Amino acid sequence: MGFDIRMPIGMLFSLFGILLLGYGAATRGSVMYDEHSLGVNMNVWWGVVLLVFGLVMLALTRLRRKK
Amino acid sequence: MRPEPHLIDYAIILLYFAFVLGIGFVLKKYMKTSTDFFLSGRSIPAWIAGLAFLSANLGAQEVIGMGASGAKYGISTSHFYWIGAVPAMLFVGVFMMPFYYGSRARSVPEYLKLRFDEKTRGFNAISFAVMTVFSSGVSMYAMGKLLQLLLGWNFTAAILISALIVLAYTFLGGLTSAIYNEVLQFFLIVMGFIPLVYLGLRDVGGWDGLKVRIANDAMVHSWKYMGHSNANPMGVEWFGMLMGLAFVLSFGYWCTDFLVMQRAMAADSMTAARRTPVIAAFPKMVFPFLVILPGMIAGVVTSSKMHDASAKEGVAASAAAPSSFFTGGKGIIPPKYDPAGKPVVADGKVVLDYDLATPMMLVRYFPSGLLGLGLCALIASFMSGMAGNTTAFNTVWTYDIYQSYINKTASDQHYLWMGRASTIFGLAISLMAAFVAKEFNNILDVLQLVFAFVNAPLFATFMLGMFWKRTTGHGAFWGLLGGTVAAATHYGLTLPAGAVPGVKGGYLGPILHVYPSEMAQNFWTAIFAWVGCFTLTVVISLLTAARPEQELKGLVYSLTAKPEEGGLKWYQKPATLALIVLVLLAGLNLVFW
Repeated sequence: MGFDIRMPIGMLFSLFGILLLGYGAATRGSVMYDEHSLGVNMNVWWGVVLLVFGLVMLALTRLRRKK
Repeated sequence: MRPEPHLIDYAIILLYFAFVLGIGFVLKKYMKTSTDFFLSGRSIPAWIAGLAFLSANLGAQEVIGMGASGAKYGISTSHFYWIGAVPAMLFVGVFMMPFYYGSRARSVPEYLKLRFDEKTRGFNAISFAVMTVFSSGVSMYAMGKLLQLLLGWNFTAAILISALIVLAYTFLGGLTSAIYNEVLQFFLIVMGFIPLVYLGLRDVGGWDGLKVRIANDAMVHSWKYMGHSNANPMGVEWFGMLMGLAFVLSFGYWCTDFLVMQRAMAADSMTAARRTPVIAAFPKMVFPFLVILPGMIAGVVTSSKMHDASAKEGVAASAAAPSSFFTGGKGIIPPKYDPAGKPVVADGKVVLDYDLATPMMLVRYFPSGLLGLGLCALIASFMSGMAGNTTAFNTVWTYDIYQSYINKTASDQHYLWMGRASTIFGLAISLMAAFVAKEFNNILDVLQLVFAFVNAPLFATFMLGMFWKRTTGHGAFWGLLGGTVAAATHYGLTLPAGAVPGVKGGYLGPILHVYPSEMAQNFWTAIFAWVGCFTLTVVISLLTAARPEQELKGLVYSLTAKPEEGGLKWYQKPATLALIVLVLLAGLNLVFW
């Protein structure tokens, strides 16, 4: 089939990553991080992880297409 | 502690909805024949089929139920995975898949038709179809109730929207769409739960800190206290665990349930089909850490930090419900409330709402943003389960009921149309069941009980059918019925400790045995069903005429050529992969012994 599921997965997770990263950066020092995530700005950190995961998925899609 | 999701959280959830729908729309153009719609044209690569195999089963029951069980019983819940599901998945991949896939059956009931006879297929197809739509309804109800309780969302709107989205993408793209979305949902669930476990463990000081806080040795060891049912919180001893949970129930589910098997049958080759459950076994093995640990942590942490912080900053605690919500609760697990808003009390103790353990963890540890991702993971788990039920139902309905008994000679286009139509009415019945469940909780308890009786003996039938060529159709059919009756009889003559006769058992009058827990009673009911079915099938098979051997080629172990594995690399061989999983599994059991 011509449709590689890794492409939408890669796109969605990249978008999630960018959203969380952006939101995390905009809410730096917010009290909600103390209230919830033990003082860690998890939005920034997990945003980076999601973005990397998404980009890897997209890279795999391109790699397959080149083959 | 009701959270108020922000714009960012809703944006994340809407984005997810857009993508699952988009996948359905893109796949629409590939759905040309009924085989495309019901079996993905048998073209799915092993890794995709494997993740879908896992994800289709990853419904509400798993994410919420395993968290609840973790909070109640601790790490022993891992038995559901480490001696239950995973060994069963390896077994079906290595030993049973050659018959499912090799027979070219389009469904599990159709395999029964090929191997046995029409009546055995009919029994299995009809009971499966009924069970599937109703269990889907039960999980919709659970989701609606949860979202209502947790976020104050409207019950009706929550289940209608999610059902409509699932309807749209399975209607458009059939099984392929369900499978592709299950892969997406798999990653979403994993990525949504890892930060939860990380933050939770960090808060309690890792596994060692968790052990100290739980302060109950029987909850942090999986086997040490299984010697006697009195010694562990599950109330089950090692034999009931191994025989009842692992051998009868887990093998019965993972080796015979069409919901998961459909994913493997859609694989693009025999080796891919055999690798499907084995690939699924790798992530399945580590799932206890994602779904059980949050429940265990929920029982020992407090929400106080949050209240302190709000007070310190002078923030009005508008998002936080009155702390009385937790009065009498345990950790962040609130008590169960009756419709009047009073905590439910039994035996002088407050009854806890364990199903809220994992959702409360999300609310406790996730700041806005991450909360959207967590809720998304939760919704994804509901939707993947619902889609799994939907695609399994429309296939069994169309091939095993409609084409077999109602309209045998229609064109392929007609069956494709019927597949789409049954997607709609299947989901409609599930929706109705969800609303019935809301009004009359007991009806569904009774239904689920009946389903359990029907399911319990299945593995005996399949095992005999696949590995003993002498098994006959009459033997299989009457064995199945007999096993179901054995289950209902055993359940009707026993009770779990502290229960009254009724839906909990004992309805036949005399109580012959009282089990320490409901779980023990369920496991032993399954054992009785299995033994009853096995014995009856063997006896009746020996009394009835055997089928000629040439008719059974490809359907029975001793009459089927071993699958060709010559050209495969070691990591492509199902048996080699299964062996790796087994070694890791033994390690996990030992570490948490």
